[in-house]
Amino acid sequence: MQKLLIGLGSLAAALLAASPVHAQGAIKIGLIMPYSGQFADTATQMDNAIKLYVSQHGDSVAGRKIEFIRKDTGGIAPDIAKRLAQELVVRDKVDLLAGFVLTPNALAASDVSAEAKKFMVIMNAATAIITTKSPYSARTSLTIPQLNETLGAWAYKSGVRKAYTMVSDFGPGHDGENGFQKGFKDAGGQVVGSVRFPVANPDFSAFVQRAKDLNPEAIYVWVPGGVQPAAIGKTLAERGIDPAKTRIFGQGELTEESALKSMGDAGLGIITVYHYDYNHASAMNAAFVKAYNGAYSRNPDIYSIGGWDGMHLIYEALKKTGGKTDGDSLIAAAKGMKWESPRGPVSIDPETRDIIQTVYIRRVEKVGGQPRNVEFDKVENVKDPFKARMKK
Amino acid sequence: MTVLAPASAEPHRYLQAQIRWHGLEIAFWIAALLPFLLFKTYLVLASQIAITALFALSLDLILGYAGIVSLGHAAFFGLGSYTAGLLAKLGWGEPLTGLVIAAAVAGLVGYAASLVIARFRHLALIMITLGMGLLLHEAANSASWLTGGADGLQGVRMWPLLGYFRFDLYGVTAYTYSLIVLFLVFLASRRLIHSPFGLSLRGIRENPVRMPAIGAPSSAHIRKIYTISAAVAGTAGALLAQTTQTVSLEVLSFQRSADVLVMLILGGAGRLYGGILGAIIYLVARDQLSGFNPQYWYFWIGIMLIAVVMFLPNGVLGGLAWLRAAWRGKTA
Amino acid sequence: MIGPLVGVLFDGFAYGMLLFLLSVGLSVTLGMMNFVNLAHCSFAMLGGYVTVSLMNDLGWPFFATLPLAFLAAAAVSVVLERVLYRRLYRASDLDQCLLTIGIVFVSVASAAYIYGTVQQPVQMPDYLQGSFVVMGVNIAVYRLFLVGAALAITLILVAGLEYTRFGAQVRAAVDNQRMARGLGINVGGVFAVTFALGSGLAGLGGSLAIAIVGLDPSFAFTYLIYVLIVVSTGGLGSIGGSFVAAALLGISDVAGKYYVPQLGSFLIYLVMLGMLMWRPAGLFGKR
Repeated sequence: MQKLLIGLGSLAAALLAASPVHAQGAIKIGLIMPYSGQFADTATQMDNAIKLYVSQHGDSVAGRKIEFIRKDTGGIAPDIAKRLAQELVVRDKVDLLAGFVLTPNALAASDVSAEAKKFMVIMNAATAIITTKSPYSARTSLTIPQLNETLGAWAYKSGVRKAYTMVSDFGPGHDGENGFQKGFKDAGGQVVGSVRFPVANPDFSAFVQRAKDLNPEAIYVWVPGGVQPAAIGKTLAERGIDPAKTRIFGQGELTEESALKSMGDAGLGIITVYHYDYNHASAMNAAFVKAYNGAYSRNPDIYSIGGWDGMHLIYEALKKTGGKTDGDSLIAAAKGMKWESPRGPVSIDPETRDIIQTVYIRRVEKVGGQPRNVEFDKVENVKDPFKARMKK
Repeated sequence: MTVLAPASAEPHRYLQAQIRWHGLEIAFWIAALLPFLLFKTYLVLASQIAITALFALSLDLILGYAGIVSLGHAAFFGLGSYTAGLLAKLGWGEPLTGLVIAAAVAGLVGYAASLVIARFRHLALIMITLGMGLLLHEAANSASWLTGGADGLQGVRMWPLLGYFRFDLYGVTAYTYSLIVLFLVFLASRRLIHSPFGLSLRGIRENPVRMPAIGAPSSAHIRKIYTISAAVAGTAGALLAQTTQTVSLEVLSFQRSADVLVMLILGGAGRLYGGILGAIIYLVARDQLSGFNPQYWYFWIGIMLIAVVMFLPNGVLGGLAWLRAAWRGKTA
Repeated sequence: MIGPLVGVLFDGFAYGMLLFLLSVGLSVTLGMMNFVNLAHCSFAMLGGYVTVSLMNDLGWPFFATLPLAFLAAAAVSVVLERVLYRRLYRASDLDQCLLTIGIVFVSVASAAYIYGTVQQPVQMPDYLQGSFVVMGVNIAVYRLFLVGAALAITLILVAGLEYTRFGAQVRAAVDNQRMARGLGINVGGVFAVTFALGSGLAGLGGSLAIAIVGLDPSFAFTYLIYVLIVVSTGGLGSIGGSFVAAALLGISDVAGKYYVPQLGSFLIYLVMLGMLMWRPAGLFGKR
């Protein structure tokens, strides 16, 4: 016991001594992400884009060097995320917080941002209310209502009158369901049924069969990225649900790159809504995708674009403040910022500090023999509708 | 697990010898104060270690002393968390009463669960605790009107502790509060397991068939310790909710149940300090390793676990005790 | 009315067979050898990665990758058995738990390091995709294939363990080590081979399952709960028990989700609790 205590003590002392001495004047950014665990890939993609941005735009802004301190939450863990944010602020003396893939973690860290008056950039977490928790936070990704209400309204416009919805039974799935149903019903459509499936659900056959029995005009699906998109896509095809007859709608995760590879032809015809795809046609995006592939041998995804634009917001805000890093200056600089992103024109809403962007409607088609998401319609300058309603 | 061999023929003297404080124990608790002086920026981590240690202690009470392996103990931790969090959300943010109510709720549910638990052993017992834990997790996800679902409970605002100490960014209040609660619960547990009740529990662990034969009511004892353990786990959960002012579904997760079991085995079950030491080793290692290597830190945790099993059977404390005995045997 | 019912029964049975294929290896290592092998799904994950690498990088046909998935998992397990597992056969359950959780951590980190954290694309050959309709019931080809594979593996295992000399040696060594040793059975060798068999089956199960359940480094954790449920409800030491339990769990889960979707996420746990309370040692458990 005694030896252990001495051992622990000396270990801790050694670690304290080893903590790096930072160069005077460097701007420190604390990145809080799920680098390990179930959501590790989202953090990998986001971190890749952050590194790429820094390598392309230099590691100093307004005459001050940029330094990163990376912290792992290991998955959904608001208690850990909040502790890491606290430690970054009080021990590492970071100037701003960034990252945040998962909603509960972003919400918890927002408390720290608000109390310590630190600028905070949310690069993915997509529940609408997050930015209301700290007056110093801004978001560069998306909100779920922003995409899905747009899709609901679009679905009605495209001629669908009756739809069935099936979503994962947890917060983001509910948000997707509510968003689509609201957009669709407000436009005049009718929801003929809905089902929610368990978050951990290896097999979708029962749910897809239920939907098929009703033979609806259209089926809306919301599942989190990862394993499930391919699983449900394959099951839809196995049941003989043909997107040419029964339209299949979803948020972009449903047809993300790895899912399309696994689904093969089964995915053809699915219509999804998203704010970014690596196939987006613009010179800027082509350069971005090329550089990304050069550095990491894979294509960027929405987590990458959230990280990329998040870094852009941080760099531009710092330029505007001349290197001042207090929360008030940075958030003031960030409000109303407009720029051209690889995903298209974006800006930060000065009222809600949330992103305003173009929302794309895409269909899975074969391009050069491979299934791809092909953009064929878009809605420009979409604000988060949820917070617009909150104000009223 | 070691079979007890009372050194003295007189039982009360044996019990008294057990209850005497060892110098190392006193040193340990003094060392627990060191973060206030030496590691002032690590107090938030220290408070979360103390809370996890308390949770591990609650598991030790049933696993180490009654042989009940649970893979669903996060159920009670989570119940405590949600109780404390909901009270604060509904306008009663006073921490101490919140803590007591949370412990009571977890204990009550623990008692109800114990009626089922006491009838099973071995793999069935593990799987039933696992199943009940997962059911509660799913129920909390479904009841998102109450729990906030996957986004977590929003609007948890705690009042200052004792009306004066607010939960600060540095974690001074959080660590002081968690450490005091851990110490008090530890004192109570220490008394409990060295009481005649504690002895008969260990008897049940060693031989569940013989104890009823000598007149000790096995099932009643198991129900009692399970209820106490659930209340302690609920206390730990409530502490986490109060000191971080966040509650999410993760407090009920299988991962939390599994992690605390790993920590307890790592430290050494059935020794009271095992869970505490396991929590310290695991969480300090995790914090340091993930600081250096956020993506692959758990590789080294895995190596550490394998090494402990290979070189220190029965956990770090069990292994050290075994080494010490071997050393004494050699010198004597 | 009959159409949907038969369809649900088939889907449920196929889902059960998926669970069975994932867990049959564990019913050998945990069930027969009584080793708390929480690293079971790490071996399954290894099999999955072998299949994916051979198919996507070297263009092997799916069926050719299956024996290699089995062999790779078995080979790695032999090394681990000789170095680590062997020394804990007589240790406490808790130490076995800690060792195998440690192995899971190491395997997940290694997979993330080697293959990256990305979800691996798994595309089956055309002849295993799609579905056909028999008397109004929709039968997915791959699910039918899984059912066939599960039946074949069960038959081979049960026959092998009941009717061969090696099977008798395994049963003897598992039931009473000292007696078996006294009879001149090389218990260490038999254990090593049995363990390799269990891990090889895990690898095979993994490569068969990934087309439906997907593959990324968290695989080793994600499906641990499911395989434990199957083996415990089936009963330790019984391959047939795991088979029946998996079928019952699969059918009740799919039927429940179809008829009462509100209960979807609770079903498998409720069924498990019910079965264990009814038969704590599992359906065909001996211990």
